[in-house]
Amino acid sequence: MSTKDSFSIAGKTYQSRLLVGTGKYKDMEETKQAVEASGAEIVTVAIRRTNLGQNPGEANLLDTLPADKYTYLPNTAGCYTADDAVRTCRLARELLDGHNLVKLEVLGDEKTLFPDVDQTYVAAEILIKDGFDVMVYTNDDPIAAKRLEEMGCVAVMPLAAPIGSGLGIRNPFNIRTIIENANVPILVDAGVGTASDAAVAMELGCDGILMNTAIAGAKNPVLMASAMKKATEAGREAYLAGRIPRKQYASASSPIDGLFF
Amino acid sequence: MNIIVNGENHNVPENCSAKQLVELLNMQNDKIAMEVNREIVPRSQYENFTFNENDQIEIVRAIGGG
Repeated sequence: MSTKDSFSIAGKTYQSRLLVGTGKYKDMEETKQAVEASGAEIVTVAIRRTNLGQNPGEANLLDTLPADKYTYLPNTAGCYTADDAVRTCRLARELLDGHNLVKLEVLGDEKTLFPDVDQTYVAAEILIKDGFDVMVYTNDDPIAAKRLEEMGCVAVMPLAAPIGSGLGIRNPFNIRTIIENANVPILVDAGVGTASDAAVAMELGCDGILMNTAIAGAKNPVLMASAMKKATEAGREAYLAGRIPRKQYASASSPIDGLFF
Repeated sequence: MNIIVNGENHNVPENCSAKQLVELLNMQNDKIAMEVNREIVPRSQYENFTFNENDQIEIVRAIGGG
């Protein structure tokens, strides 16, 4: 496919529509190999307390995935209130030398990890006022997605299914409605299980897809990363190509004219 | 004096600066961010920023996450 099929987030253009998380890998080497195989240009990172007394010289994520090669997307995973999410983003900005792009997620419940959309609105408003470029994780709810866009989020990221569940696109009709209504990039975030799920998301017309567990939790994460790269590209091409309509009955591929019996 | 770093009590000299703490913790080469009593202390201010008794300090880093 032409390399011109790019998309932009917060003024920066990307060729890869697959964004990947960096959690749950066996070690830094596997993280590096999987991220490379995925072709991702944007990688999410988490902000956590340093281990006091940790081994100096221990492999570090930011060295493993250098800033000149990847765009970091610090997330607010683990935050259940707007206040915690805002605090996390401000620490991330200090940590990453003024980097403004963040993935906002405010969770509502430990069992489902579904977003708390009310708290997400509160956090988004504060962060946008404070100069952040907010990519926001939300429910597959067209009204919430539109509202977050109107507030000024730079991308809206509805879930496909609960985080880490691998259930795939549970509500393609809602995802499609969100895409139809949107003027900012829409990325499916969370819930993908395997390559076909990524393809389905892209065929629906998503601008991109963000995943972590589907790759890191696979038996062979590096091979799955490669599969996800291809599926994302294939789904995007299929979307651009325009699929045939579904019909109940057959339609012969070979001509009827010229039959000799 | 006592300060609380990442939830743990630490005994540090009076007027300990943020820079000294980072050195005491052997983190001078690490990519970190610091918050004192919920306010960010920018890296450029570590040298001049001194702690008070029972300050609550958080030192964070970037790790793998989705």
